[in-house]
Amino acid sequence: MTTTPAAKRESGGIGKDLIVYVCLLALAGLQFVIAYQNIDPAQMFTRMLVVACVEAGLAQLFFMHLWSEKRIFLWFVVIFTVSVLLGMQYGWTDSFRMLVGAAPYSK
Amino acid sequence: MSQADLTMGAHSTGLTIEPPFSIPTKKLAMWLFIIADTMTFAACLVAYGFLRNGTENWPRPFHSITNVATMTVVLLTSSLTMLIALRDARAGNKDRAFRWIMITAVLGILFALLHIREWLGLIAEGMTMFKNPWGTGLFGASFFSITGLHLTHVTSGVIALVAVGLRYRTGRYNADDIEVLGLYWHFVDLVWMFVVPLVYLLNLTH
Repeated sequence: MTTTPAAKRESGGIGKDLIVYVCLLALAGLQFVIAYQNIDPAQMFTRMLVVACVEAGLAQLFFMHLWSEKRIFLWFVVIFTVSVLLGMQYGWTDSFRMLVGAAPYSK
Repeated sequence: MSQADLTMGAHSTGLTIEPPFSIPTKKLAMWLFIIADTMTFAACLVAYGFLRNGTENWPRPFHSITNVATMTVVLLTSSLTMLIALRDARAGNKDRAFRWIMITAVLGILFALLHIREWLGLIAEGMTMFKNPWGTGLFGASFFSITGLHLTHVTSGVIALVAVGLRYRTGRYNADDIEVLGLYWHFVDLVWMFVVPLVYLLNLTH
């Protein structure tokens, strides 16, 4: 049978997975609630993105067992992902300027 | 240092050295693939965001959230069943693990069918890649591209689930392979968490 560090550290029943699953369902539900709020699109976008990032973090840490891996690997993934997202700021910057500044089409 | 010393050194360390980050090579390869694929989806979503904010008459064609909510629940549940399959595989319950892998594959197929039904509904309303009755044609291009890319991942995942599941059952693959496949399946789920708010919920008709 397998003896990877993550496999060794994974213990207990399915309880933790069920809790994370319920949390993810609740967060997904929260996104739907936000969608029906009568708020500015920029605000709606920000709130939804924050919830999505929390969901993604939970899924990575517990469903993908990143939390059970060595910390150096966790940091490797985090730094790589953040680098990608920062790189994407070249695109978002102008998009965000249109959203909050020029804004004619962001309704 | 002589060539003999170098050879001896390489042999002695080669037997004891750990793989990078102390994780199996297949798993590391899958993580690297996931990071690379994250860039693909991020690029698509950023391009979509740019188009949406910079284009006049962006359509908001979605009247109901029922279908997309059902798809979300199905995909999240499939992640849970994949976790159960992995736990059973680690515990050595081969038959149970195989059964849960197949349940995951069925949920994946259900997700794909719901997705295709939604596409057909939009196509019936007159939406194509290049035009639609509500506004700019760019909407169809970005919607079908992003959701199509995701659907391709789901379809590939279902094929992989069946293939790996069958090989696991016959003993050619082990629990580590199930874990690597699980990483991919959870990633597909993770991407959906960003596609839903950006592509669907921001385009709801109020």
